[in-house]
Amino acid sequence: MIRVVLPPHLRTLARVDGEVELEVKTPVTQRSVLDALEAQYPMLRGTIRDHVTRLRRPMVRFFACGEDLSHEPPDVPLPDVIAKGSEPFLIIGAIAGG
Amino acid sequence: MSNIRVLVGTRKGAFILTADGTRKRWKVRGPHFAGWEIYHVKGSPVDPSRVYASQTSGWFGQIIQRSDDGGKTWNTPGSSAEELKSPDGMPKGESNKFVYDTSPETGKPLTTHQWYDGTQHPWEFKRVWHLEPSLDDPDTVYAGVEDAALFRTTDGGKSWHEFAGLRGSDTGPKWQPGAGGMCLHTILLDPKNPQRMYIAISAAGAFRTDDGGKTWRPINRGLHSQYIPDPNAEVGHCVHRIAMHPSRPNTLFMQKHWDVMRTDDSGDSWQEVSDNLPSDFGFPIDVHAHEPETIYVVPIKSDSEHYPPNSRLRVYRSRTGGNEWEALTKGLPQRNCYVNVLRDAMSVDSLEPCGIYFGTTGGQVYTSADAGDSWKPIVRDLPAVLSVEVQTLP
Repeated sequence: MIRVVLPPHLRTLARVDGEVELEVKTPVTQRSVLDALEAQYPMLRGTIRDHVTRLRRPMVRFFACGEDLSHEPPDVPLPDVIAKGSEPFLIIGAIAGG
Repeated sequence: MSNIRVLVGTRKGAFILTADGTRKRWKVRGPHFAGWEIYHVKGSPVDPSRVYASQTSGWFGQIIQRSDDGGKTWNTPGSSAEELKSPDGMPKGESNKFVYDTSPETGKPLTTHQWYDGTQHPWEFKRVWHLEPSLDDPDTVYAGVEDAALFRTTDGGKSWHEFAGLRGSDTGPKWQPGAGGMCLHTILLDPKNPQRMYIAISAAGAFRTDDGGKTWRPINRGLHSQYIPDPNAEVGHCVHRIAMHPSRPNTLFMQKHWDVMRTDDSGDSWQEVSDNLPSDFGFPIDVHAHEPETIYVVPIKSDSEHYPPNSRLRVYRSRTGGNEWEALTKGLPQRNCYVNVLRDAMSVDSLEPCGIYFGTTGGQVYTSADAGDSWKPIVRDLPAVLSVEVQTLP
Protein backbone atom coordinates (compact mmCIF):
# COMPACT_ATOMS: atom_id res chain seq x y z
CA MET A 1 0.00 0.00 0.00
CA ILE A 2 1.17 3.49 -0.83
CA ARG A 3 0.89 6.03 1.96
CA VAL A 4 -0.08 9.59 1.04
CA VAL A 5 -0.23 12.57 3.35
CA LEU A 6 -2.62 15.29 2.21
CA PRO A 7 -2.53 18.93 3.33
CA PRO A 8 -5.19 19.74 5.96
CA HIS A 9 -7.62 21.48 3.57
CA LEU A 10 -7.64 18.51 1.22
CA ARG A 11 -8.07 16.06 4.11
CA THR A 12 -11.19 18.02 5.05
CA LEU A 13 -12.41 18.03 1.47
CA ALA A 14 -11.82 14.28 1.09
CA ARG A 15 -13.22 13.65 4.57
CA VAL A 16 -10.23 11.65 5.78
CA ASP A 17 -8.13 11.77 8.90
CA GLY A 18 -4.41 11.15 8.87
CA GLU A 19 -2.70 9.35 6.02
CA VAL A 20 -4.45 7.90 2.99
CA GLU A 21 -3.55 4.38 1.86
CA LEU A 22 -3.81 3.51 -1.81
CA GLU A 23 -3.42 0.45 -4.01
CA VAL A 24 -1.18 1.61 -6.86
CA LYS A 25 -0.12 -0.47 -9.85
CA THR A 26 3.59 -0.62 -10.62
CA PRO A 27 5.55 1.28 -11.62
CA VAL A 28 4.74 3.62 -8.77
CA THR A 29 5.11 7.15 -10.10
CA GLN A 30 3.69 10.59 -9.29
CA ARG A 31 1.14 10.06 -12.03
CA SER A 32 0.04 6.59 -10.89
CA VAL A 33 -0.20 7.72 -7.26
CA LEU A 34 -2.29 10.77 -8.19
CA ASP A 35 -4.48 8.71 -10.54
CA ALA A 36 -5.19 6.27 -7.72
CA LEU A 37 -5.78 9.10 -5.25
CA GLU A 38 -8.28 10.84 -7.55
CA ALA A 39 -10.02 7.55 -8.32
CA GLN A 40 -10.59 6.93 -4.62
CA TYR A 41 -11.36 10.57 -3.80
CA PRO A 42 -12.87 12.21 -6.91
CA MET A 43 -13.54 15.44 -5.06
CA LEU A 44 -9.77 16.00 -5.18
CA ARG A 45 -9.72 16.17 -8.97
CA GLY A 46 -8.58 19.61 -10.03
CA THR A 47 -7.21 20.52 -6.61
CA ILE A 48 -3.72 19.00 -6.95
CA ARG A 49 -3.27 19.08 -10.71
CA ASP A 50 -5.15 20.80 -13.47
CA HIS A 51 -8.22 19.03 -14.85
CA VAL A 52 -7.09 19.33 -18.46
CA THR A 53 -3.30 19.69 -18.56
CA ARG A 54 -2.80 17.31 -15.59
CA LEU A 55 0.04 19.58 -14.49
CA ARG A 56 0.71 20.19 -10.80
CA ARG A 57 -0.97 23.33 -9.50
CA PRO A 58 1.66 26.03 -8.92
CA MET A 59 1.32 26.21 -5.14
CA VAL A 60 1.25 22.46 -4.53
CA ARG A 61 4.48 20.53 -3.92
CA PHE A 62 5.40 16.84 -3.72
CA PHE A 63 7.92 15.73 -1.08
CA ALA A 64 9.30 12.28 -0.32
CA CYS A 65 12.26 11.00 1.68
CA GLY A 66 13.37 14.53 2.50
CA GLU A 67 13.47 15.55 -1.15
CA ASP A 68 11.34 17.94 -3.18
CA LEU A 69 10.15 15.87 -6.15
CA SER A 70 7.83 18.55 -7.52
CA HIS A 71 9.86 19.11 -10.65
CA GLU A 72 10.45 15.43 -11.42
CA PRO A 73 8.67 14.20 -14.56
CA PRO A 74 5.37 12.55 -13.57
CA ASP A 75 6.31 9.13 -14.96
CA VAL A 76 9.64 8.74 -13.15
CA PRO A 77 9.40 5.90 -10.59
CA LEU A 78 9.19 7.11 -7.01
CA PRO A 79 11.77 5.87 -4.46
CA ASP A 80 11.43 2.24 -3.39
CA VAL A 81 10.54 3.20 0.17
CA ILE A 82 7.49 5.02 -1.20
CA ALA A 83 6.54 2.08 -3.41
CA LYS A 84 6.88 -0.28 -0.44
CA GLY A 85 4.89 1.98 1.84
CA SER A 86 7.60 2.43 4.44
CA GLU A 87 7.71 6.19 3.78
CA PRO A 88 4.77 8.43 2.86
CA PHE A 89 4.38 10.56 -0.28
CA LEU A 90 3.70 14.09 0.94
CA ILE A 91 1.42 16.52 -0.89
CA ILE A 92 2.10 20.00 0.46
CA GLY A 93 0.39 23.35 0.13
CA ALA A 94 3.17 25.88 -0.40
CA ILE A 95 3.92 27.97 2.68
CA ALA A 96 2.68 31.37 1.54
CA GLY A 97 0.07 33.90 2.44
CA GLY A 98 -2.62 33.60 5.08
CA MET B 1 -44.26 33.49 10.45
CA SER B 2 -41.55 33.74 7.82
CA ASN B 3 -37.93 33.04 8.60
CA ILE B 4 -34.79 34.66 7.30
CA ARG B 5 -31.60 32.89 6.29
CA VAL B 6 -28.57 35.03 5.48
CA LEU B 7 -25.82 33.31 3.51
CA VAL B 8 -22.45 34.94 4.13
CA GLY B 9 -19.29 34.21 2.16
CA THR B 10 -16.02 35.34 3.74
CA ARG B 11 -12.28 35.12 3.20
CA LYS B 12 -12.12 32.18 5.60
CA GLY B 13 -15.36 30.27 5.27
CA ALA B 14 -19.13 30.51 4.97
CA PHE B 15 -21.53 31.46 7.72
CA ILE B 16 -25.29 31.10 7.92
CA LEU B 17 -27.28 33.56 10.01
CA THR B 18 -30.90 32.77 10.81
CA ALA B 19 -33.77 34.57 12.52
CA ASP B 20 -37.53 34.52 12.56
CA GLY B 21 -39.53 37.20 10.81
CA THR B 22 -39.07 39.71 13.61
CA ARG B 23 -35.37 39.78 12.65
CA LYS B 24 -34.34 40.51 16.23
CA ARG B 25 -32.56 37.40 17.52
CA TRP B 26 -30.03 35.75 15.29
CA LYS B 27 -28.25 32.42 15.32
CA VAL B 28 -24.84 32.22 13.69
CA ARG B 29 -23.65 28.89 12.23
CA GLY B 30 -20.26 28.22 10.70
CA PRO B 31 -17.67 28.42 9.50
CA HIS B 32 -18.43 25.99 6.73
CA PHE B 33 -15.36 25.22 4.59
CA ALA B 34 -13.15 26.82 7.22
CA GLY B 35 -10.06 28.49 5.87
CA TRP B 36 -11.26 28.64 2.25
CA GLU B 37 -12.35 31.76 0.42
CA ILE B 38 -16.08 31.65 -0.16
CA TYR B 39 -16.82 34.09 -2.92
CA HIS B 40 -20.54 33.49 -3.08
CA VAL B 41 -23.34 31.44 -1.54
CA LYS B 42 -26.81 31.58 -3.02
CA GLY B 43 -30.02 29.58 -2.74
CA SER B 44 -32.44 28.52 -5.45
CA PRO B 45 -35.56 30.68 -5.64
CA VAL B 46 -37.50 27.54 -6.60
CA ASP B 47 -36.24 25.31 -3.79
CA PRO B 48 -34.81 27.30 -0.86
CA SER B 49 -33.25 24.16 0.59
CA ARG B 50 -30.97 23.96 -2.44
CA VAL B 51 -27.96 26.20 -1.83
CA TYR B 52 -24.80 26.50 -3.90
CA ALA B 53 -21.42 27.80 -2.74
CA SER B 54 -18.25 28.81 -4.55
CA GLN B 55 -15.28 27.64 -2.47
CA THR B 56 -11.85 28.65 -3.72
CA SER B 57 -8.20 28.72 -2.79
CA GLY B 58 -5.00 30.06 -4.27
CA TRP B 59 -3.45 26.68 -3.49
CA PHE B 60 -6.09 24.15 -4.43
CA GLY B 61 -8.29 25.97 -6.93
CA GLN B 62 -12.04 25.90 -7.30
CA ILE B 63 -14.60 23.75 -5.49
CA ILE B 64 -18.36 23.88 -5.95
CA GLN B 65 -20.42 22.85 -2.94
CA ARG B 66 -24.11 22.09 -2.84
CA SER B 67 -26.51 21.73 0.05
CA ASP B 68 -29.92 20.12 -0.24
CA ASP B 69 -30.97 20.94 3.31
CA GLY B 70 -30.59 24.68 3.56
CA GLY B 71 -26.90 24.70 4.42
CA LYS B 72 -26.79 22.14 7.22
CA THR B 73 -24.81 19.60 5.19
CA TRP B 74 -22.79 20.01 2.00
CA ASN B 75 -21.39 17.87 -0.78
CA THR B 76 -19.46 18.41 -3.96
CA PRO B 77 -22.16 17.75 -6.60
CA GLY B 78 -22.14 14.35 -8.23
CA SER B 79 -20.18 12.67 -5.45
CA SER B 80 -22.49 9.76 -4.79
CA ALA B 81 -21.01 6.36 -5.68
CA GLU B 82 -23.16 5.74 -8.74
CA GLU B 83 -22.40 9.18 -10.14
CA LEU B 84 -18.66 8.92 -9.92
CA LYS B 85 -17.67 6.57 -12.69
CA SER B 86 -17.54 7.60 -16.30
CA PRO B 87 -17.87 4.93 -19.04
CA ASP B 88 -14.08 4.52 -19.23
CA GLY B 89 -13.91 3.78 -15.51
CA MET B 90 -12.24 7.01 -14.47
CA PRO B 91 -13.92 9.11 -11.81
CA LYS B 92 -15.89 12.07 -13.06
CA GLY B 93 -15.35 14.55 -10.24
CA GLU B 94 -16.14 17.38 -12.64
CA SER B 95 -18.16 19.69 -10.42
CA ASN B 96 -15.13 21.99 -10.27
CA LYS B 97 -14.14 21.62 -13.93
CA PHE B 98 -14.52 24.95 -15.69
CA VAL B 99 -12.95 24.61 -19.12
CA TYR B 100 -13.28 27.34 -21.71
CA ASP B 101 -15.03 26.25 -24.86
CA THR B 102 -12.64 26.11 -27.79
CA SER B 103 -14.69 23.96 -30.13
CA PRO B 104 -15.01 25.39 -33.65
CA GLU B 105 -18.74 24.68 -33.86
CA THR B 106 -19.58 27.13 -31.10
CA GLY B 107 -18.59 30.10 -33.18
CA LYS B 108 -15.48 32.16 -32.57
CA PRO B 109 -13.81 30.89 -29.43
CA LEU B 110 -11.32 33.48 -28.26
CA THR B 111 -7.97 32.63 -26.84
CA THR B 112 -6.72 36.02 -25.67
CA HIS B 113 -7.78 39.23 -23.95
CA GLN B 114 -5.96 42.44 -23.15
CA TRP B 115 -3.35 42.17 -20.40
CA TYR B 116 -2.18 44.92 -18.03
CA ASP B 117 0.69 45.83 -20.35
CA GLY B 118 -1.53 46.08 -23.42
CA THR B 119 -0.44 42.76 -24.88
CA GLN B 120 -2.85 39.92 -25.54
CA HIS B 121 -3.05 37.22 -22.85
CA PRO B 122 -4.67 33.78 -22.88
CA TRP B 123 -7.80 33.14 -20.87
CA GLU B 124 -6.99 31.28 -17.63
CA PHE B 125 -9.67 30.05 -15.27
CA LYS B 126 -9.09 31.23 -11.72
CA ARG B 127 -12.31 31.09 -9.69
CA VAL B 128 -16.08 31.43 -9.61
CA TRP B 129 -17.14 34.85 -8.39
CA HIS B 130 -20.89 34.55 -8.60
CA LEU B 131 -23.48 31.75 -8.71
CA GLU B 132 -26.95 32.64 -9.98
CA PRO B 133 -29.50 29.85 -9.58
CA SER B 134 -32.20 29.65 -12.26
CA LEU B 135 -35.59 31.18 -11.57
CA ASP B 136 -37.43 27.96 -12.41
CA ASP B 137 -35.11 24.95 -12.04
CA PRO B 138 -33.05 24.14 -8.93
CA ASP B 139 -30.59 22.07 -10.99
CA THR B 140 -29.75 24.96 -13.31
CA VAL B 141 -27.23 27.53 -12.12
CA TYR B 142 -25.21 30.18 -13.94
CA ALA B 143 -21.64 30.85 -12.86
CA GLY B 144 -19.67 34.04 -13.47
CA VAL B 145 -15.97 33.30 -13.46
CA GLU B 146 -12.53 34.89 -13.60
CA ASP B 147 -11.09 35.16 -16.27
CA ALA B 148 -14.41 36.53 -17.41
CA ALA B 149 -16.81 34.01 -18.85
CA LEU B 150 -20.27 32.64 -18.18
CA PHE B 151 -20.86 28.97 -17.44
CA ARG B 152 -24.02 27.00 -16.71
CA THR B 153 -24.87 23.69 -15.10
CA THR B 154 -28.16 21.93 -15.76
CA ASP B 155 -27.43 18.91 -13.58
CA GLY B 156 -27.21 20.47 -10.16
CA GLY B 157 -23.56 21.42 -10.38
CA LYS B 158 -22.10 18.10 -11.52
CA SER B 159 -20.80 19.56 -14.78
CA TRP B 160 -20.42 23.04 -16.26
CA HIS B 161 -20.41 24.36 -19.82
CA GLU B 162 -19.49 27.76 -21.16
CA PHE B 163 -21.64 30.19 -23.11
CA ALA B 164 -18.86 30.75 -25.60
CA GLY B 165 -20.80 33.39 -27.50
CA LEU B 166 -20.04 35.93 -24.79
CA ARG B 167 -16.26 35.74 -25.21
CA GLY B 168 -16.84 35.41 -28.92
CA SER B 169 -18.73 38.69 -29.17
CA ASP B 170 -15.89 40.46 -31.02
CA THR B 171 -15.04 42.74 -28.11
CA GLY B 172 -13.26 40.05 -26.04
CA PRO B 173 -9.73 41.11 -27.06
CA LYS B 174 -10.48 44.58 -25.60
CA TRP B 175 -11.51 43.29 -22.16
CA GLN B 176 -8.94 43.78 -19.46
CA PRO B 177 -8.60 42.91 -15.79
CA GLY B 178 -9.46 45.42 -13.10
CA ALA B 179 -7.58 45.51 -9.82
CA GLY B 180 -9.53 42.49 -8.59
CA GLY B 181 -8.96 40.48 -11.73
CA MET B 182 -11.02 40.12 -14.89
CA CYS B 183 -14.18 38.78 -13.35
CA LEU B 184 -17.75 38.23 -14.44
CA HIS B 185 -19.47 39.22 -11.21
CA THR B 186 -23.08 40.08 -12.02
CA ILE B 187 -25.72 37.83 -13.58
CA LEU B 188 -29.30 39.08 -13.83
CA LEU B 189 -32.04 36.79 -15.17
CA ASP B 190 -35.06 38.52 -16.68
CA PRO B 191 -38.13 37.05 -14.96
CA LYS B 192 -40.41 38.14 -17.81
CA ASN B 193 -38.26 36.99 -20.71
CA PRO B 194 -36.33 33.72 -20.27
CA GLN B 195 -34.27 34.48 -23.37
CA ARG B 196 -32.85 37.65 -21.84
CA MET B 197 -29.93 37.86 -19.40
CA TYR B 198 -27.63 40.66 -18.32
CA ILE B 199 -24.08 40.18 -17.11
CA ALA B 200 -21.31 42.55 -16.07
CA ILE B 201 -17.56 42.23 -16.21
CA SER B 202 -14.79 44.21 -14.59
CA ALA B 203 -13.28 45.77 -16.66
CA ALA B 204 -15.27 45.29 -19.80
CA GLY B 205 -18.77 46.51 -18.98
CA ALA B 206 -22.33 45.25 -19.22
CA PHE B 207 -23.63 42.79 -21.81
CA ARG B 208 -27.06 41.47 -22.76
CA THR B 209 -28.32 38.39 -24.54
CA ASP B 210 -31.78 38.17 -26.07
CA ASP B 211 -31.46 34.61 -27.35
CA GLY B 212 -30.81 32.60 -24.19
CA GLY B 213 -27.06 33.13 -24.16
CA LYS B 214 -26.05 32.29 -27.72
CA THR B 215 -25.14 35.82 -28.71
CA TRP B 216 -24.28 38.87 -26.62
CA ARG B 217 -23.79 42.53 -27.20
CA PRO B 218 -22.24 45.24 -25.04
CA ILE B 219 -24.74 47.66 -23.49
CA ASN B 220 -22.52 50.50 -22.31
CA ARG B 221 -23.80 53.54 -24.20
CA GLY B 222 -23.93 56.46 -21.78
CA LEU B 223 -21.17 55.17 -19.51
CA HIS B 224 -18.31 57.63 -19.22
CA SER B 225 -15.03 56.44 -17.72
CA GLN B 226 -12.12 58.86 -17.46
CA TYR B 227 -9.66 56.06 -16.68
CA ILE B 228 -9.76 54.53 -20.18
CA PRO B 229 -8.32 56.15 -23.32
CA ASP B 230 -11.75 56.70 -24.88
CA PRO B 231 -14.07 57.52 -21.96
CA ASN B 232 -17.10 56.57 -24.05
CA ALA B 233 -15.71 53.34 -25.49
CA GLU B 234 -17.97 50.44 -26.36
CA VAL B 235 -16.18 48.26 -23.78
CA GLY B 236 -13.54 48.72 -21.10
CA HIS B 237 -15.74 50.19 -18.36
CA CYS B 238 -15.22 48.93 -14.83
CA VAL B 239 -18.78 48.08 -13.87
CA HIS B 240 -18.93 47.08 -10.22
CA ARG B 241 -22.49 45.88 -9.85
CA ILE B 242 -25.92 45.99 -11.50
CA ALA B 243 -29.27 45.54 -9.75
CA MET B 244 -32.79 44.99 -11.05
CA HIS B 245 -36.25 44.86 -9.51
CA PRO B 246 -38.05 41.76 -10.80
CA SER B 247 -41.20 43.72 -11.62
CA ARG B 248 -39.27 46.04 -13.97
CA PRO B 249 -36.61 44.05 -15.77
CA ASN B 250 -36.01 46.79 -18.32
CA THR B 251 -34.79 49.15 -15.61
CA LEU B 252 -31.32 48.51 -14.26
CA PHE B 253 -29.26 50.35 -11.67
CA MET B 254 -25.47 50.30 -11.86
CA GLN B 255 -22.68 51.13 -9.47
CA LYS B 256 -19.72 51.79 -11.71
CA HIS B 257 -16.11 52.28 -10.63
CA TRP B 258 -17.14 55.90 -10.44
CA ASP B 259 -20.78 56.96 -11.09
CA VAL B 260 -24.15 55.52 -10.22
CA MET B 261 -26.18 54.95 -13.38
CA ARG B 262 -29.62 53.81 -14.50
CA THR B 263 -31.20 52.59 -17.70
CA ASP B 264 -34.87 52.26 -18.54
CA ASP B 265 -34.40 50.62 -21.91
CA SER B 266 -32.65 47.38 -20.97
CA GLY B 267 -29.21 48.90 -21.17
CA ASP B 268 -29.50 50.52 -24.59
CA SER B 269 -28.69 53.85 -22.92
CA TRP B 270 -27.58 54.83 -19.43
CA GLN B 271 -27.95 58.06 -17.45
CA GLU B 272 -25.99 59.11 -14.43
CA VAL B 273 -28.02 59.42 -11.20
CA SER B 274 -25.24 60.08 -8.68
CA ASP B 275 -26.16 63.73 -7.97
CA ASN B 276 -25.82 64.51 -4.24
CA LEU B 277 -23.91 61.42 -3.16
CA PRO B 278 -20.78 62.31 -1.14
CA SER B 279 -18.83 60.01 -3.46
CA ASP B 280 -20.13 58.11 -6.44
CA PHE B 281 -17.46 55.44 -6.10
CA GLY B 282 -18.58 52.21 -4.48
CA PHE B 283 -19.28 48.55 -5.07
CA PRO B 284 -22.75 47.24 -4.20
CA ILE B 285 -26.13 48.52 -5.32
CA ASP B 286 -29.50 46.99 -4.55
CA VAL B 287 -33.23 47.61 -4.92
CA HIS B 288 -35.95 47.58 -2.25
CA ALA B 289 -38.06 44.42 -2.49
CA HIS B 290 -41.38 46.26 -2.78
CA GLU B 291 -40.45 49.69 -4.14
CA PRO B 292 -38.79 49.47 -7.58
CA GLU B 293 -37.59 53.08 -7.41
CA THR B 294 -35.97 52.75 -3.97
CA ILE B 295 -32.29 51.89 -4.29
CA TYR B 296 -29.30 51.62 -1.98
CA VAL B 297 -25.58 52.24 -2.38
CA VAL B 298 -22.62 52.49 0.00
CA PRO B 299 -20.38 55.39 -1.05
CA ILE B 300 -16.65 54.77 -0.73
CA LYS B 301 -14.11 57.58 -0.68
CA SER B 302 -12.18 56.71 -3.82
CA ASP B 303 -10.60 53.97 -5.87
CA SER B 304 -7.36 54.43 -3.97
CA GLU B 305 -8.94 54.79 -0.52
CA HIS B 306 -11.39 51.95 -0.11
CA TYR B 307 -13.21 53.19 2.97
CA PRO B 308 -16.18 55.46 3.64
CA PRO B 309 -15.86 59.25 3.20
CA ASN B 310 -14.93 60.97 6.48
CA SER B 311 -14.62 57.51 8.10
CA ARG B 312 -18.42 57.43 8.55
CA LEU B 313 -20.20 54.30 7.35
CA ARG B 314 -23.36 55.46 5.62
CA VAL B 315 -25.77 53.68 3.34
CA TYR B 316 -27.43 56.06 0.91
CA ARG B 317 -31.01 55.53 -0.16
CA SER B 318 -32.84 57.10 -3.04
CA ARG B 319 -36.62 56.78 -3.19
CA THR B 320 -36.66 58.37 -6.63
CA GLY B 321 -34.57 55.88 -8.54
CA GLY B 322 -31.47 58.02 -8.13
CA ASN B 323 -30.38 61.68 -8.03
CA GLU B 324 -32.00 62.45 -4.66
CA TRP B 325 -30.10 60.56 -1.99
CA GLU B 326 -30.44 60.49 1.79
CA ALA B 327 -27.82 59.25 4.23
CA LEU B 328 -28.82 56.37 6.50
CA THR B 329 -26.67 56.45 9.60
CA LYS B 330 -28.65 55.27 12.62
CA GLY B 331 -26.82 52.33 14.16
CA LEU B 332 -23.83 52.53 11.80
CA PRO B 333 -20.39 53.69 13.00
CA GLN B 334 -19.99 57.40 12.39
CA ARG B 335 -16.37 57.76 13.36
CA ASN B 336 -13.10 55.90 12.80
CA CYS B 337 -14.63 53.48 10.34
CA TYR B 338 -12.35 52.22 7.56
CA VAL B 339 -14.14 49.19 6.18
CA ASN B 340 -15.27 48.53 2.64
CA VAL B 341 -18.43 46.85 1.36
CA LEU B 342 -17.76 44.59 -1.61
CA ARG B 343 -19.94 44.25 -4.69
CA ASP B 344 -21.75 41.04 -3.76
CA ALA B 345 -22.10 41.92 -0.08
CA MET B 346 -25.55 43.55 -0.05
CA SER B 347 -28.95 41.94 -0.26
CA VAL B 348 -32.61 42.45 0.68
CA ASP B 349 -35.33 40.24 2.12
CA SER B 350 -38.94 40.32 0.97
CA LEU B 351 -40.65 40.89 4.30
CA GLU B 352 -42.69 43.97 5.12
CA PRO B 353 -41.02 46.29 5.89
CA CYS B 354 -38.17 45.29 3.61
CA GLY B 355 -34.97 44.18 5.34
CA ILE B 356 -31.59 45.35 4.02
CA TYR B 357 -28.34 43.50 4.76
CA PHE B 358 -24.70 44.15 4.05
CA GLY B 359 -21.33 42.80 5.12
CA THR B 360 -18.02 44.60 5.47
CA THR B 361 -14.37 43.82 4.99
CA GLY B 362 -14.12 44.27 8.77
CA GLY B 363 -16.30 41.23 9.33
CA GLN B 364 -19.53 42.93 10.37
CA VAL B 365 -22.89 41.96 8.91
CA TYR B 366 -25.41 44.75 9.43
CA THR B 367 -29.16 44.49 9.04
CA SER B 368 -31.98 46.96 8.89
CA ALA B 369 -35.51 45.67 9.49
CA ASP B 370 -37.03 49.01 8.48
CA ALA B 371 -35.80 49.52 4.93
CA GLY B 372 -32.65 51.28 6.06
CA ASP B 373 -33.94 53.74 8.67
CA SER B 374 -31.97 52.01 11.43
CA TRP B 375 -29.25 49.39 11.52
CA LYS B 376 -27.69 46.92 13.90
CA PRO B 377 -24.96 44.34 13.53
CA ILE B 378 -26.00 40.70 13.42
CA VAL B 379 -22.39 39.70 13.96
CA ARG B 380 -19.26 41.83 14.29
CA ASP B 381 -16.12 39.79 13.98
CA LEU B 382 -16.30 37.46 11.00
CA PRO B 383 -13.47 37.27 8.48
CA ALA B 384 -13.72 39.87 5.70
CA VAL B 385 -17.13 39.49 4.09
CA LEU B 386 -17.16 38.80 0.35
CA SER B 387 -20.85 38.16 -0.22
CA VAL B 388 -24.24 38.37 1.45
CA GLU B 389 -27.41 36.77 0.14
CA VAL B 390 -30.76 36.58 1.88
CA GLN B 391 -33.43 33.94 1.67
CA THR B 392 -36.95 34.75 2.89
CA LEU B 393 -38.39 31.41 3.92
CA PRO B 394 -42.08 30.57 4.36
